[in-house]
Amino acid sequence: MAEKQTTGAAISFAALGKSFEKKGSGQVMALEDVSLDVPAGTITGIIGRSGAGKSTLLRMVNGLEQPTTGSVTVAGHDVGRASAAKLRHIRRDVGMIFQHFNLLSSRTVYGNVALPLEIAGVPSAEIKPRVDDLIARVGLEELSRRYPAELSGGQKQRVGIARALATRPKVLLSDEATSALDPETTQTVLKLLADINRDLGLTILLITHEMAVVRDIASHVAVIDGGRIVEQGTTYDVFADPKHSTTRSFLSGITGVTLPSFIADRLQPERPQGAAQEVIRITFAGRHATDPMLAMLTSELGIAVNILAGAIEEIGPHPFGNLLVSVEAGRGAEARAYLERHELLTEVLGYVG
Amino acid sequence: MSANLINMLLEATLQTLYMVAISGALGTIFGLPIGVYLAVSQRGELLSSPAVNKVLGLVVNATRSVPFIILVVAIIPFTRLIAGTSIGTTAAIVPLTIAAVPFIARLVENAIREVDSGLIEAARAMGATPLQIIRKVLIPEALPGITLGLTLAVVSLIGYSAMVGAVGGEGLGDLGIRYGYQRFMPEVMLAVVVILIVLVQQVQSLGEGLARLVDKRAPRNRGR
Repeated sequence: MAEKQTTGAAISFAALGKSFEKKGSGQVMALEDVSLDVPAGTITGIIGRSGAGKSTLLRMVNGLEQPTTGSVTVAGHDVGRASAAKLRHIRRDVGMIFQHFNLLSSRTVYGNVALPLEIAGVPSAEIKPRVDDLIARVGLEELSRRYPAELSGGQKQRVGIARALATRPKVLLSDEATSALDPETTQTVLKLLADINRDLGLTILLITHEMAVVRDIASHVAVIDGGRIVEQGTTYDVFADPKHSTTRSFLSGITGVTLPSFIADRLQPERPQGAAQEVIRITFAGRHATDPMLAMLTSELGIAVNILAGAIEEIGPHPFGNLLVSVEAGRGAEARAYLERHELLTEVLGYVG
Repeated sequence: MSANLINMLLEATLQTLYMVAISGALGTIFGLPIGVYLAVSQRGELLSSPAVNKVLGLVVNATRSVPFIILVVAIIPFTRLIAGTSIGTTAAIVPLTIAAVPFIARLVENAIREVDSGLIEAARAMGATPLQIIRKVLIPEALPGITLGLTLAVVSLIGYSAMVGAVGGEGLGDLGIRYGYQRFMPEVMLAVVVILIVLVQQVQSLGEGLARLVDKRAPRNRGR
């Protein structure tokens, strides 16, 4: 018998593959050779664009999807090979929250949180104190008799979280749980998840397409692209030294720096005739982030740089940031090549005449 | 209008209500589970069973294809078997029920299929069995739609009940034909039509009211 892994992984994906039959085009590989350990007690983020396979990957943890090859292990149970009855049992140890909340419109907040307990056959005398306790934990005591239609998005997701915690799971899966929320609400929901992770020691596996979510609460991250994990590690390491271009492009958008409107209004995609400026986004990440690159650009190549906007923040001890600059269009390519050589990311946003 | 006539109208109204109520109730008892099964046995659904679904769908369609007046006559032997007689108001309940079951089944099926698939997924993720999902998620969530469907079915049954005079079923339709048409008493015909309009109107508003009561999908401002 193979030795049971005792690495402290709450969830283990081993050489996981998933293919779908698609009409006309035969087999489509959604996931290929995915191996990933989610350490127990952590918040781990899986980030990828839509269609990268992250949702399929998450849904294999509680058996909503079955792997074609490889295996998924949750708390020692092989999910892909569990019988239907066994699978239902495993699912009570795995809570799940959803982008669109998936609350029953016909049940009150209380009724929604009670549902998983009713399903698990918890005696009704035990249900009430547990539900009241869960609703208090997510701060919705006042709204317990309301219906979901009467709640805001953030409140709905709190109900979703309380419901997911009802059966006292060991693992919480989050399927883009904040993607339908505004930035402010996103922060409060993320904070709630971080509190739950800390207070209950619950392992949280979340998928997202927003690097900011990973930055804010995940201690570990895996980047998925085209059905494969292209980069994984602690959030600190991945942010400080991103290796894969997909990771870099996710990082570039993270600070949300935008052009001042007087530039944005005049921005054109093609380089115009005559004198023009090229507008470039520079992303600082990794060990060159603190080098005075723009000054060196001017002194070594004699290229004058206009700074239009920028922000620098810290992820762990590392500075990380975005600068929007413009340079004389004729020398744009030269400037970008120089910056790229020093491991900064550049992206041409357009030209102004 | 003579007292005698008024009595006849009253009696006919009660007979219609009796036929519609019993056939509506029986139609729901049989039609609801069939409708639920039609919805959940489709390919890729909860109890996916495409072959059974197809056969059941064919039977439902076949029953619904037969014009009601033909159905009434065609199943007379069956009616006799069930009701002990093939004529009269009670006997008329048999064809009315047979017509109601597939109709209600289709309406229930449609209401169930309207339920957001995300809710089924959430329930599966909680470890619910298919039966739990049907009882605790699908039927409660589809209840507003089911209520409106049943309202439609009852209104249709009121219309159908007018045709069972052909096998000696009584009620408003029969009264209208025998007195209003065959005995040239237009005032009876008018009274029958007015009562039917009022009846349908009442059933419709009652159904819509009930549907609103069980529908929690939209926030309401009325009455805190």
